[in-house]
Amino acid sequence: MGTGLRTEGATNTLDAREVVARRGDLFALRLDALSLAPGEALMLAGPNGAGKSTLLRLLAGLLPRAEGQLAFDGLDPSNDIRAYAARLQFMGHKDAVKNAFTVRETLRHWTHVQGVAVDAVGALAAFGLGALADLPVGYLSAGQRRRLALARLVAVPRSLWLLDEPASSLDAEGRTALAAVIANHRRHGGLVVMASHGELALPDTRVLTIGSGSA
Amino acid sequence: MSPGLELIRWELAQAFRAGGSGPMAVAFFAAVLTLVPLGIGPEPALLGRIAPGMVWVAAALASLLSLERLFQGDYEDGSLDALALSPLGLYGTALAKALAHWMAVALPILIAAPVFATLLHIEPQGIAPLMIGLLLGTPLFFLIGALGAALTLGLRRGGLLIALIVLPLYAPVVIFGVSAVEAAATGAPSAPSLMILGALLLAALVLAPPATAAALRLHLE
Repeated sequence: MGTGLRTEGATNTLDAREVVARRGDLFALRLDALSLAPGEALMLAGPNGAGKSTLLRLLAGLLPRAEGQLAFDGLDPSNDIRAYAARLQFMGHKDAVKNAFTVRETLRHWTHVQGVAVDAVGALAAFGLGALADLPVGYLSAGQRRRLALARLVAVPRSLWLLDEPASSLDAEGRTALAAVIANHRRHGGLVVMASHGELALPDTRVLTIGSGSA
Repeated sequence: MSPGLELIRWELAQAFRAGGSGPMAVAFFAAVLTLVPLGIGPEPALLGRIAPGMVWVAAALASLLSLERLFQGDYEDGSLDALALSPLGLYGTALAKALAHWMAVALPILIAAPVFATLLHIEPQGIAPLMIGLLLGTPLFFLIGALGAALTLGLRRGGLLIALIVLPLYAPVVIFGVSAVEAAATGAPSAPSLMILGALLLAALVLAPPATAAALRLHLE
């Protein structure tokens, strides 16, 4: 384990070349070239079913690639998934919260299971959930559950954020909070790859339309 | 708290909150063993003869009850992705969850077992081999069961399929568990059967979690 094998690529840079992802025989996704430096953000666009989620899962190391090269911070997920995963946060379109636990317990579990031994209740404030800390998750609305899921981004500091439609079910205030959190992350040298249908206005963001090739 | 301990604590909390599997399983175990004398008749010699087998079968079936939900909830709500990318990885997740569910389901059964053993007229010298056997054998139910749960993840009516996959693998555990008690009842040493259970447990500890992790990985793709 440790720091793993460092092969190529500059510090904290995401590099992908000629990556092919397959899901069975039905679906293949090809990405010719992608390079993302610290502070940069990339928006994945494209119609439903184009493969945005597939690409995010591939970048997270959850989906093995069939061909090509992929590295973040010089680490290849197929060599050492733990070292690679320790640098990123993947947020799928599901919230990964359980009704039986309170907001505070959920966040505490998340940080501890990710190896960060802090309770990080302060992260709730970033998404306006401070007053709800002791409420069971089952009482939250869809938007509040999403805010709780997003609070983990703040609670566990990681450089690469992979977000799958993070603004879904968020209200205007929630979207503003998310935009602020992302802007702050980028100011501190973080990277963001985000699948979105344009609900979130982010300045200075590159757009990769899936299926079109390079970015 | 380390990630592994945190996951065990979290799973235990889930097992004992509303709708959790912990109290359910021991209640099921008690209900099955209460039915036995009603079905067989109260004759002590006959009960004492079949009771070790009944206790083991009831423990195996009670362990099966919660297996379907072992990974299902986390798979459906996206938590499994997060666990796969945590320092635990899927291997640590499989091991921690099997251990947590063993603690939630099997430990209450272990506490209840001597009571039912006595009620069902198991010979006094058979109680110790029964308890040691259950202590060694019940973790096997969860290590093997986790593999079955991982293989059937996402299937409708997966619980039935888990039982079909897992019950044949439970057979050696039940056989050696019962033979340890029967040996003690006839005055023979029960150590050989218990040692085989121990060996099975060591083998499952080494082999089952990586296989479970591999099966889970297939579902994350």
